[in-house]
Amino acid sequence: MPIHEKSLIRPENLITNDSLVIDGVDVSGHWSTFIKSRTITDYNEAMEDEIAALPGGENIHRCWQCGSCTNACTVNAVNPDFNPRYWIYLIRQGLEEELLRDKDIIWQCVSCNKCTYACPRDVLPEGVMKATAHWLELKGHTPKSPSTHFDEGFTESILATGKIEEGRVLRTFFQRTGQPLNQPWLVALVGGLVKRFPLGYLIRMGWSTVFRPRTSNWRRTGRAIEEYVSERRAEQAKALGLDTKGGH
Amino acid sequence: MAGDLKKVAYYPGCALEGTGHSYNRSTKEVGKALGLELVELKNWNCCGAMEVKNVDPQVQTYLSARNLTIAQDMGFDTVMAPCNGCYHNLKKAEYDLAHNPHAAEVTERISKKAGHKAYEPGGVETIHALDWIKHGVGEAELRQRAKGKLAGLKVANYYGCMYTRPRHIFPEKDQGTGSESTSKPHFMDDILAAAGAENVEFPLKTACCGGAHSLSDSDISTKLVLNILTTAEACGAEVIATECPTCHSGLEMHQVRAEKVLGRKTSVKILYFTQLLGMALGLSAKKVGVQENLSDPSEFLRRKGLG
Repeated sequence: MPIHEKSLIRPENLITNDSLVIDGVDVSGHWSTFIKSRTITDYNEAMEDEIAALPGGENIHRCWQCGSCTNACTVNAVNPDFNPRYWIYLIRQGLEEELLRDKDIIWQCVSCNKCTYACPRDVLPEGVMKATAHWLELKGHTPKSPSTHFDEGFTESILATGKIEEGRVLRTFFQRTGQPLNQPWLVALVGGLVKRFPLGYLIRMGWSTVFRPRTSNWRRTGRAIEEYVSERRAEQAKALGLDTKGGH
Repeated sequence: MAGDLKKVAYYPGCALEGTGHSYNRSTKEVGKALGLELVELKNWNCCGAMEVKNVDPQVQTYLSARNLTIAQDMGFDTVMAPCNGCYHNLKKAEYDLAHNPHAAEVTERISKKAGHKAYEPGGVETIHALDWIKHGVGEAELRQRAKGKLAGLKVANYYGCMYTRPRHIFPEKDQGTGSESTSKPHFMDDILAAAGAENVEFPLKTACCGGAHSLSDSDISTKLVLNILTTAEACGAEVIATECPTCHSGLEMHQVRAEKVLGRKTSVKILYFTQLLGMALGLSAKKVGVQENLSDPSEFLRRKGLG
C-alpha cells in the first residue's frame, strides 16, 4: 500500500536493513523499508474536549479524516508541514506530544476558509485551527503569536471607540511584537506615498491619528461587550482547568 | 435580491475611511454617475473585520448585527457593503442569528445592555457593490453608457476569499443562471466586460492574498500575493481589478515588499473595479481617487487614454 503524506514519518522511525533474510527470502536493501512500531501510553484524553470548548473548535468531533481540508489549504501549499487533517487526528487521538512538534506554525492559518468550503462534515477546520492555536497559548505551550497580538490590539480599539484607525492598529502591533517601524519595504511604501498624495489626504490621515474615528455614545456598548468577553474567558479557563486568578 | 436598488443603505466600514478611501470615493462617484443613491448608515460601528472573531465569534456577530439594526431603523431593507470583510460579516451575522440560537441569545443580551433592540434576521439583505451595480443597473445599460471605453484593456478579476467563502452564508449564490458562482465568480467580469474590458482567463480569482496576516506573518502574505501577481501577468493581464480594500492594499503593499525583500519585481497594475468602471463612464482618474491608491498607475492610465 502506498504511504500518503510520507513526510509525516520521521527519519528516526524508519528502518532499512542492508542485509536481512526473512523466512528464507532475502529482503536486503532500500526497498524493504520498515516503520518502527511503537507503543503509546501518554494520551491526553482531555485535549479534544478542551479544544472543543474554545470558540471555533465545537465541531471537531465530526471529522472523518477525508483530508479535503489539507488538500484545499492555502498554507499547506506553501509549507507542507501545515496539515489541518493531521492535527485534527492528533487532537482526537489525544497525541499531545506529536501535536506539540508543530506548535509554532498552527497560528499561521490565514482564515481563507477553503477548508470550510471543502469539508463534507461541517467541521469548520478554520475555526479548529484558531481554537487549537488559542489552546496552545492558554496552556502555556506557546507565547502569544503575532496574530493574537494583532487580534487583541484590533479588538481593544473597537471596544474603546466602536471603530478602528489603521495607523493606530499598525503602531500598536509593531510595538507589542517588538518590531521597528522603519522596515525597508514599509519606508519605501510610505516614501512613495508622501511624494504623490494630495495634501488634503495627508491632512485627513494626520487628523484621524489624533482624533480617532469613533462611533458616538459607544461607551455603554463597549462595556456590554467587555462584560461578555470576560464571562466567556472565565468559562474557557474553567473548561481548560486553568487557575483563573493567575491568568495566562 | 431585494426590491429597488436605486436607493439603498450604505455601509462603508473602517477600511474605506482609511487605506481604502479611493474605493469609497470611486463607489460613490460611480453610484452618482449611474443614478444609484447611497444613504450612509447613521453612527455605524466596525463589523469586527477578520480579527474580532478570533477573540470571540459572538462579539463579531453582535457588532455586525448592530449595523443591520441601524439599517432597519432607517427604513431600509437592503444595505450595500463594498468591502468583502464587511459584506462577509454582515452576511454571516444574518446566517448565524437565523441558525444558531446561542448567537441570537448573545446578540439579544449585549443589545439589551447597550440599550437598543436586537436585530431580527430576515429584516435586511446585505449586498456587495458588485450585486448593486450588476442588478441595480445591468450590463445592457453599462454597455450603452461606457461605449467600449475599456476596449483593449486586459484585466484579471480578483475576488479574494470572503466574497464566496464559506458558501453557506451566501444562500443566493450558486442558484443557476444569473446568480453568482462561489467556485468561479463572474459578476466583476460581467460588469467590466460590459464596459469593454478584455477579461483574461485567471485561475486565481478566489485565491487568498494572506490579508488576515498581512502584517503578522508578512512572509507568507508576500509569497501568496506574488503568486497572484505573477499568475495574472502570465495570463496576459495588465491590470488586476479588485473589489475588497484588504485584498487591494495587500496586493499593493506586498508588490513593494516582494521587490524589496525577495527581489521579485512585477509591473501589473492594481485598481478597484469601481475605479475602472468610473473611468469607463467618463470620470477623471482624480474623481475616482487614483491618486489615493498606494501604488501609482497614472502613467499606465495615460498610455491607455483613461481618466
